[in-house]
Amino acid sequence: MAELVEELKEKIIDQLSLEDIEVSDIDNNDPLFGDGLGLDSIDALELIVLLEKEYGIKLTDPKEGKAIFQSVQVMADYITKHRTK
Amino acid sequence: MSKGIAITGMGIISSIGNTVAENLSSLRAAKPGITRLDLIETRHRDAIMVGEIKKSNAELETQIGLAKDNNLSRTSMLGIIAAREAIVQASIDDIDAYRTGFISGTSVGGMDMTERYYTTYQESPEFRKYIATQHAGATTGDIARHLGIRGYVTTISTACSSAANAIMLGARMIKAGKLDRVIVGGTDGMSKFTINGFGTLMILSDEACTPFDENRKGLNLGEAAAYIVLESDKIVKKENKKVLGYVSGWANANDAFHQTASSAEGEGAYLAMKEALDIAEITPDAIDYVNVHGTATPNNDMSEGTAMLRIFGKENIPVFSSTKAFTGHTLAAAASVEAVFSLLSLQENMVFPNLNFKTPIEALDMTPQTTCLEKELNVILSNSFGFGGNCSTLIFTKA
Amino acid sequence: MEKKYYIKHYCAIKNEAVYKNGEVYHEDETSDNLKDFAKGIYKKLELKYPKFYKMDELCKFSFLASEILLMNEEIDEDTALVFANKASSLVTDRKHQETINDPENYFPSPAIFVYTLPNIALGEISIKHKFKSENAFFVNEKFDSSFIMNYSQMLLDTQKATKVICGWVDLDSNKYDVFLTYLTREEGKQITIRELTDIYNNDYGRISRRA
Repeated sequence: MAELVEELKEKIIDQLSLEDIEVSDIDNNDPLFGDGLGLDSIDALELIVLLEKEYGIKLTDPKEGKAIFQSVQVMADYITKHRTK
Repeated sequence: MSKGIAITGMGIISSIGNTVAENLSSLRAAKPGITRLDLIETRHRDAIMVGEIKKSNAELETQIGLAKDNNLSRTSMLGIIAAREAIVQASIDDIDAYRTGFISGTSVGGMDMTERYYTTYQESPEFRKYIATQHAGATTGDIARHLGIRGYVTTISTACSSAANAIMLGARMIKAGKLDRVIVGGTDGMSKFTINGFGTLMILSDEACTPFDENRKGLNLGEAAAYIVLESDKIVKKENKKVLGYVSGWANANDAFHQTASSAEGEGAYLAMKEALDIAEITPDAIDYVNVHGTATPNNDMSEGTAMLRIFGKENIPVFSSTKAFTGHTLAAAASVEAVFSLLSLQENMVFPNLNFKTPIEALDMTPQTTCLEKELNVILSNSFGFGGNCSTLIFTKA
Repeated sequence: MEKKYYIKHYCAIKNEAVYKNGEVYHEDETSDNLKDFAKGIYKKLELKYPKFYKMDELCKFSFLASEILLMNEEIDEDTALVFANKASSLVTDRKHQETINDPENYFPSPAIFVYTLPNIALGEISIKHKFKSENAFFVNEKFDSSFIMNYSQMLLDTQKATKVICGWVDLDSNKYDVFLTYLTREEGKQITIRELTDIYNNDYGRISRRA
């Protein structure tokens, strides 16, 4: 799990072009949206693409993302349970 | 009230008809043009509904009378058909008789051909003719050449408000005396490019769209072209032209909120409506009907509705409807499609219905007109908003 | 009486350098791509605006040039934006196309798609400074100073805007040509259309190695 969390942080930084942020800047339980990393609605959609591309998880309703993208930890838990690749 | 700029011709091709008359008959019959996608092969066929013009490119070529070796994109061909109808209606025989311009909005340009042939360019020289058509400006050039317009020609690309901004620029140029006559509007053909793009934003509905409904699921993409002819008072008087209506108010404002989403308070939409009313020298109570942008995305309808409440006040919202459930959202052509519909509303004294509506949006409590309504109409306000926060409003008045 | 307007500042990005009012502001002969070149200018400006990294290159260059024009300026909500270019959003259009070309590796990206329209650049500048006036983005064959000036002056004459940022931002593959001006009613360099063309054409004595 710890490995997946680190991998996710790298992928999020890369996919969302967070150039001034390092893996060590992201706490496992930091909120991704709002005050945390300051992500917006396009980033949420981009994370949905990331889930499908990297882990074979397909979300059809953008609202589902809200619960899953609370933090890197929550995201990693969800991926562990639902991944198909 | 400002008299505005005279409109003497209109032309349209959309999923509800190939001419102005056909569009009017579909509108009156409340007959939408929303179907599955037939002319583009895509894995998304069962996932989306669209406003598709059921004419193949080959059929369009024949209708226009193009040579076999032409390199026109679907966007250009639709544009030619609509612009030609507008010119015929305006009884223009000699295009060079006055200083005539052409201003066209498009967002995809020749993308439909590029995506079809892009991967073949290396090995198939016969398709390379489409490389030159990709350019958004090439679309405008194709149409202008076909119409024989040699004067002022330009392309506006501001997403889904493009045609509104083309109409606005044309009206201003006539007003400023820079042109005597100008054909303005927009055209966009269906493409995988936009289907996939709007798909990634997750704002496409898998059913017929339901503007201003609490349970709206998103928009239907459409394709269309529509143009109107604007002429100076001097020409109208000299040639005793029949005037279809006037464009008397126009404005563009930025929402300054997000690349693709509209702000919660609808600031850009509010400013566009307010400034267009100022240009037309009227107050909100003069508006008889609003043809709303009403794309049926959760975000647009909420934001636009909020802006309307701010402009008109809860008790004084005029009759309004979105005609997107007829045609789908035709992107850069949407504002000119709805300009033609607004002119038809003025001419027929009829509000065309907002189809598929059941439940008002709870937070707004606004109910659109859901059936054809006969009503004396003198002033119509039409909204068109584009990505990039680009918000435009036009006001049309009776001749 | 004819009202007078002035070019308060102008900014050009060409030939591996950034110029403000004719003076070199930043030079970079080492970056071999637009992304790094843009990042260098961003660092030089000492901006703290993480959204910058998410923008496509057309937006980045439009944004950077406008930041340079607006340095130490009082921001006015009624500033209009009148831009033009030749290649529209072609650089990003190609990127989006690549994500949907291969059925086996098919992942269209929302973050790319939102930039497949040139006027998003105007949106980005408006978001940064809360500009709420008129936005227009034209696609023309080449820089036409009389067209841009006429349109901008009309916005000022009709009180639609109090200031205008206008000009040319064209990007295609690794080529770039950026020229923006800041028009105001304040004192500055009053200018004719002919002179504007000349300023645009100034290559500052340098020839691009990549040309």
